[in-house]
Amino acid sequence: MTLFWHQLRAEQLTFWRSREAAIFVFLFPPLLFVLLASVFGDGTEEGRPVSSYLVAGLIGYAVANTALGGLAITLVLRRESGILKRLRSTPLPGGLYLATVLLSNLLIVVLQSFVVLALGVLLYGADPPERPAEFVLVLAIGAVAFAGLGLATAALIRSDEAVAAAVNVIVLPMSFLSGAFGSTEDLPAVLQVIADVLPLKYLIELVLATYVDNEPIGDHLGAIAVVAAWGIAGYVVAWRRFGWEPRER
Amino acid sequence: MSAISVTGLRKSYDGVEAVRGIDFEVEAGEVFGLLGPNGAGKTTTVEILEGYRQRDGGEVSVLGFDPGRAERAFRERIGVVLQQSELWPVLTVREVHRIFAGYYSQPRDVDEVIELVGLAEKRDAKVKTLSGGQKRRLDLGVALVGDPELVFLDEPTTGFDPAARRNAWALIRSLRQLGKTVLLTTHYLDEAQQLADRVAVLRAGEIVRIGKPSELIASTTVQIRYRLRGEEVVLETADPTRELHELTARALRDGVELEDLEVRRASLEDVYLALVEDEPE
Repeated sequence: MTLFWHQLRAEQLTFWRSREAAIFVFLFPPLLFVLLASVFGDGTEEGRPVSSYLVAGLIGYAVANTALGGLAITLVLRRESGILKRLRSTPLPGGLYLATVLLSNLLIVVLQSFVVLALGVLLYGADPPERPAEFVLVLAIGAVAFAGLGLATAALIRSDEAVAAAVNVIVLPMSFLSGAFGSTEDLPAVLQVIADVLPLKYLIELVLATYVDNEPIGDHLGAIAVVAAWGIAGYVVAWRRFGWEPRER
Repeated sequence: MSAISVTGLRKSYDGVEAVRGIDFEVEAGEVFGLLGPNGAGKTTTVEILEGYRQRDGGEVSVLGFDPGRAERAFRERIGVVLQQSELWPVLTVREVHRIFAGYYSQPRDVDEVIELVGLAEKRDAKVKTLSGGQKRRLDLGVALVGDPELVFLDEPTTGFDPAARRNAWALIRSLRQLGKTVLLTTHYLDEAQQLADRVAVLRAGEIVRIGKPSELIASTTVQIRYRLRGEEVVLETADPTRELHELTARALRDGVELEDLEVRRASLEDVYLALVEDEPE
């Protein structure tokens, strides 16, 4: 257990010390929120402040950006620089290492979501969450599931040069199609079909349910199932393909 | 007891045999060198002993463990310096040492290790600001911080300038004083001579010589060179006194001059190159 906390601290230290990661991964979603809320954040929709919907969407984006994108980038960079290989010859068990990486990631996702929420409430008149406990649970489910996709992405991408681009190609369009940045009602049908398959739309549905609509997550088991299925698929791919040694040499 | 015992070790990649049945033993407290050109199978051998790769055949025992099973108790007792690795660039030298120290049950004092590898002045410097030689010392520091009995050094000075190599050598010699067993790979003959108690010379996945550096590359033949009517003649002989006597007697009798007459022992470098470059019979 001491080893677990030791490594979790090390993970947090490396995350916050790396300014590029902290800015790109941590600050980008809140910044995007402020930008969108400044332009579209006024008024109400179905009796709710529009900014509340933006908070929900940007939290969805934050989960995808951090748990999938940030994690994949971190792991590929560490693998290609030989850190992962070096760690393998220490007594630190590989499973424990990955567990701390995932938990560290989860902490960042939760913290980031609260930053977006706080900005929404304080600056743009968004509501506080209707069902706080379930809201946090949804964040945790989302972070763990998207981390599975992050692991899979890291396992499938060979080079440290490709990973940032690949992650953006995955995360940004998915977020856009899934309604993270605003309504998708006007999208062409074919794009809506794509969004229907991807997990982020369902995560945002769960955030909306617990945050805005005051619905128990038990009413959204289908959405939970889709998010979980993607997450499990990610872990399966990672289990089979993840490697500790540099690929590019 | 041997720290490392290898018998009939084999390993292939995609049908190409990288290691073709090698045997050697490393005694506890010994500095043992695996010497050979690139592609001779040095890194493959070391990575099998470190537990990174599974062997295809043969018996391997490292500190009494089978490294192929990579148990945690085994990893407690080894220290590894990889050929290429770059630790977290944004952390400081001290932070990296502390993180690694936390992985071991009986770590050494972090500041002491930093002192030992000569990074005391860089204690609070970030890894990305270190020079190549300093990064290598950081690698060595984190390999020592768990107080291992056995240290693997895979090409510890490749790419160093001469001064940095001298420093690295002094550091590796100090490991012997700490009582560590060291397995070192290198493609530099002088490095093996300077550091290793015993050396195995690898060529194309096989050990072609094994022994003390002085004996295994001690040349037994002497070259006699001269020019006769403009043509260079080179004689290799194990009996230079007699050969030279007969040669000069003949020359005197015939009244010819042996131009540029020279007698020399083949350099160690010559012998080593002959050893690793010859096609196997």
